[in-house]
Amino acid sequence: MQGTYLAILAACLVGTLPLELALHVGVYPRWPRVLLTILPVVAVFSVWDVAEIHARAWNYDPRYIVGVYLPGSLPLEELLFFIVIPLCAVLTFEAVQKVRPDWAVPV
Amino acid sequence: MTYTEAVALAVASAVFLDMTVLGTRLVLRTAFWVSYGIMLFFQVIVNGLLTGLKIVRYDPAQILGPRIAFAPIEDLLFGFAMITFTLSLWVWVGRRKSAGRRAARAPRGADR
Repeated sequence: MQGTYLAILAACLVGTLPLELALHVGVYPRWPRVLLTILPVVAVFSVWDVAEIHARAWNYDPRYIVGVYLPGSLPLEELLFFIVIPLCAVLTFEAVQKVRPDWAVPV
Repeated sequence: MTYTEAVALAVASAVFLDMTVLGTRLVLRTAFWVSYGIMLFFQVIVNGLLTGLKIVRYDPAQILGPRIAFAPIEDLLFGFAMITFTLSLWVWVGRRKSAGRRAARAPRGADR
Protein backbone atom coordinates (compact mmCIF):
# COMPACT_ATOMS: atom_id res chain seq x y z
CA MET A 1 0.00 0.00 0.00
CA GLN A 2 1.45 3.34 -1.02
CA GLY A 3 0.47 4.99 2.22
CA THR A 4 2.32 2.43 4.35
CA TYR A 5 5.32 4.56 5.29
CA LEU A 6 3.03 7.53 5.97
CA ALA A 7 0.78 5.35 8.12
CA ILE A 8 3.78 4.29 10.23
CA LEU A 9 4.69 7.94 10.79
CA ALA A 10 1.08 8.82 11.62
CA ALA A 11 1.04 5.98 14.16
CA CYS A 12 4.09 7.52 15.85
CA LEU A 13 2.27 10.85 16.18
CA VAL A 14 -0.97 9.28 17.37
CA GLY A 15 0.90 7.01 19.77
CA THR A 16 2.63 9.94 21.45
CA LEU A 17 -0.48 12.14 21.59
CA PRO A 18 -1.39 10.91 25.10
CA LEU A 19 1.88 12.41 26.34
CA GLU A 20 0.57 15.80 25.30
CA LEU A 21 -3.17 15.41 25.93
CA ALA A 22 -3.11 13.29 29.10
CA LEU A 23 0.32 13.86 30.64
CA HIS A 24 0.34 17.52 29.54
CA VAL A 25 4.04 17.76 28.73
CA GLY A 26 3.32 21.02 26.91
CA VAL A 27 5.56 20.39 23.90
CA TYR A 28 3.14 21.34 21.10
CA PRO A 29 2.28 24.68 22.78
CA ARG A 30 6.02 25.43 22.82
CA TRP A 31 6.08 25.28 19.03
CA PRO A 32 8.70 28.04 18.56
CA ARG A 33 11.18 25.99 20.58
CA VAL A 34 10.08 22.86 18.71
CA LEU A 35 10.68 24.59 15.39
CA LEU A 36 14.15 25.84 16.37
CA THR A 37 15.01 22.31 17.51
CA ILE A 38 13.68 20.41 14.52
CA LEU A 39 14.81 22.66 11.66
CA PRO A 40 18.56 21.99 12.11
CA VAL A 41 17.85 18.27 12.47
CA VAL A 42 15.78 18.26 9.27
CA ALA A 43 18.47 20.24 7.44
CA VAL A 44 21.41 18.05 8.47
CA PHE A 45 19.71 14.69 8.05
CA SER A 46 17.93 15.53 4.78
CA VAL A 47 21.25 16.48 3.22
CA TRP A 48 22.83 13.28 4.52
CA ASP A 49 19.91 11.21 3.28
CA VAL A 50 20.11 12.74 -0.22
CA ALA A 51 23.86 12.04 -0.29
CA GLU A 52 23.31 8.40 0.70
CA ILE A 53 20.51 8.00 -1.85
CA HIS A 54 22.88 9.29 -4.51
CA ALA A 55 25.62 6.97 -3.29
CA ARG A 56 23.02 4.21 -3.65
CA ALA A 57 23.48 3.19 -0.03
CA TRP A 58 19.73 2.69 0.16
CA ASN A 59 16.52 3.15 -1.81
CA TYR A 60 12.77 2.99 -1.26
CA ASP A 61 10.23 0.54 -2.60
CA PRO A 62 7.77 2.63 -4.66
CA ARG A 63 4.96 0.30 -3.56
CA TYR A 64 5.10 1.65 -0.01
CA ILE A 65 5.56 5.39 -0.56
CA VAL A 66 3.19 7.90 -2.11
CA GLY A 67 5.58 8.91 -4.87
CA VAL A 68 6.18 12.56 -3.97
CA TYR A 69 9.89 13.35 -4.22
CA LEU A 70 11.69 16.46 -3.02
CA PRO A 71 14.85 17.85 -4.66
CA GLY A 72 17.63 15.28 -4.53
CA SER A 73 15.18 12.43 -4.99
CA LEU A 74 14.24 12.58 -1.33
CA PRO A 75 10.90 10.86 -0.69
CA LEU A 76 8.47 13.12 1.16
CA GLU A 77 8.16 10.44 3.83
CA GLU A 78 11.85 10.82 4.70
CA LEU A 79 11.45 14.55 5.31
CA LEU A 80 8.45 13.80 7.49
CA PHE A 81 10.47 11.12 9.30
CA PHE A 82 13.05 13.75 10.27
CA ILE A 83 10.24 15.85 11.74
CA VAL A 84 8.16 13.14 13.41
CA ILE A 85 10.90 11.12 15.12
CA PRO A 86 12.63 14.14 16.71
CA LEU A 87 9.20 15.34 17.84
CA CYS A 88 8.58 11.96 19.46
CA ALA A 89 12.01 12.15 21.11
CA VAL A 90 11.22 15.55 22.62
CA LEU A 91 7.79 14.37 23.79
CA THR A 92 9.39 11.31 25.38
CA PHE A 93 12.14 13.36 27.02
CA GLU A 94 9.66 15.85 28.49
CA ALA A 95 7.40 13.00 29.64
CA VAL A 96 10.26 11.25 31.44
CA GLN A 97 11.11 14.47 33.27
CA LYS A 98 7.47 15.07 34.14
CA VAL A 99 7.12 11.59 35.63
CA ARG A 100 10.49 11.81 37.39
CA PRO A 101 11.07 15.48 38.28
CA ASP A 102 14.19 14.42 40.17
CA TRP A 103 15.71 13.58 36.80
CA ALA A 104 14.75 16.94 35.31
CA VAL A 105 17.39 18.71 33.26
CA PRO A 106 17.60 22.39 34.24
CA VAL A 107 16.61 24.84 31.54
CA MET B 1 32.24 6.85 2.78
CA THR B 2 30.07 3.88 3.64
CA TYR B 3 26.93 4.16 5.73
CA THR B 4 28.96 2.59 8.54
CA GLU B 5 31.61 5.29 8.41
CA ALA B 6 29.05 8.08 8.09
CA VAL B 7 27.13 6.81 11.09
CA ALA B 8 30.26 6.59 13.24
CA LEU B 9 31.00 10.20 12.31
CA ALA B 10 27.42 11.21 13.12
CA VAL B 11 27.55 9.64 16.59
CA ALA B 12 30.91 11.26 17.35
CA SER B 13 29.62 14.63 16.13
CA ALA B 14 26.41 14.42 18.15
CA VAL B 15 28.26 13.56 21.35
CA PHE B 16 30.86 16.26 20.68
CA LEU B 17 28.09 18.82 20.14
CA ASP B 18 26.31 17.75 23.31
CA MET B 19 29.42 17.71 25.50
CA THR B 20 31.35 20.63 24.06
CA VAL B 21 29.78 22.95 21.51
CA LEU B 22 26.27 23.19 22.96
CA GLY B 23 27.43 22.19 26.43
CA THR B 24 24.17 20.47 27.24
CA ARG B 25 25.98 17.30 28.45
CA LEU B 26 22.83 15.21 28.19
CA VAL B 27 24.79 11.98 27.75
CA LEU B 28 25.67 12.35 31.42
CA ARG B 29 22.01 12.52 32.48
CA THR B 30 19.59 9.78 33.51
CA ALA B 31 16.63 11.52 31.83
CA PHE B 32 18.46 11.34 28.52
CA TRP B 33 19.31 7.65 28.76
CA VAL B 34 15.84 6.65 29.96
CA SER B 35 14.33 8.64 27.06
CA TYR B 36 16.78 7.12 24.60
CA GLY B 37 15.97 3.65 25.96
CA ILE B 38 12.26 4.21 25.34
CA MET B 39 12.96 5.58 21.84
CA LEU B 40 15.26 2.61 21.12
CA PHE B 41 12.47 0.20 22.02
CA PHE B 42 10.12 1.90 19.58
CA GLN B 43 12.86 2.29 16.99
CA VAL B 44 13.34 -1.46 16.90
CA ILE B 45 9.62 -1.78 16.15
CA VAL B 46 9.29 1.09 13.62
CA ASN B 47 12.63 0.44 11.95
CA GLY B 48 11.82 -3.26 11.95
CA LEU B 49 8.64 -2.47 10.01
CA LEU B 50 10.40 -0.17 7.54
CA THR B 51 13.17 -2.67 6.84
CA GLY B 52 11.26 -5.90 7.39
CA LEU B 53 8.62 -4.86 4.87
CA LYS B 54 11.53 -3.76 2.69
CA ILE B 55 10.16 -0.23 2.42
CA VAL B 56 13.82 0.80 2.70
CA ARG B 57 16.42 -1.41 0.95
CA TYR B 58 20.16 -1.25 1.63
CA ASP B 59 23.20 -1.86 -0.56
CA PRO B 60 25.01 -4.72 1.18
CA ALA B 61 28.38 -3.23 0.20
CA GLN B 62 27.74 -0.13 2.29
CA ILE B 63 26.69 -1.78 5.53
CA LEU B 64 28.52 -4.20 7.82
CA GLY B 65 25.83 -6.83 7.53
CA PRO B 66 24.52 -7.63 11.00
CA ARG B 67 20.90 -6.68 11.59
CA ILE B 68 18.63 -6.39 14.60
CA ALA B 69 14.94 -7.00 13.87
CA PHE B 70 15.64 -6.59 10.13
CA ALA B 71 17.36 -3.23 10.59
CA PRO B 72 21.08 -2.80 9.87
CA ILE B 73 22.96 -2.10 13.09
CA GLU B 74 24.03 1.20 11.51
CA ASP B 75 20.38 2.31 11.80
CA LEU B 76 20.56 2.03 15.57
CA LEU B 77 23.63 4.25 15.70
CA PHE B 78 21.96 6.67 13.28
CA GLY B 79 19.00 6.80 15.65
CA PHE B 80 21.27 7.54 18.59
CA ALA B 81 22.96 10.37 16.69
CA MET B 82 19.68 11.92 15.59
CA ILE B 83 18.05 11.67 19.03
CA THR B 84 21.11 13.01 20.85
CA PHE B 85 21.40 15.91 18.40
CA THR B 86 17.67 16.66 18.73
CA LEU B 87 17.54 16.62 22.52
CA SER B 88 20.75 18.65 22.82
CA LEU B 89 19.21 21.30 20.59
CA TRP B 90 15.93 21.17 22.53
CA VAL B 91 17.72 21.84 25.83
CA TRP B 92 20.11 24.39 24.32
CA VAL B 93 17.29 26.38 22.69
CA GLY B 94 15.35 26.21 25.95
CA ARG B 95 18.29 27.58 27.91
CA ARG B 96 18.83 30.38 25.40
CA LYS B 97 15.18 31.35 25.71
CA SER B 98 15.29 31.23 29.51
CA ALA B 99 18.41 33.38 29.59
CA GLY B 100 16.72 35.83 27.26
CA ARG B 101 13.68 36.06 29.50
CA ARG B 102 15.85 36.55 32.59
CA ALA B 103 17.78 39.31 30.87
CA ALA B 104 14.57 41.03 29.83
CA ARG B 105 13.29 40.99 33.42
CA ALA B 106 16.45 42.30 35.07
CA PRO B 107 18.57 44.21 32.60
CA ARG B 108 22.11 45.12 33.58
CA GLY B 109 22.86 48.79 33.64
CA ALA B 110 25.07 51.43 35.23
CA ASP B 111 22.06 52.94 37.02
CA ARG B 112 21.18 49.67 38.77
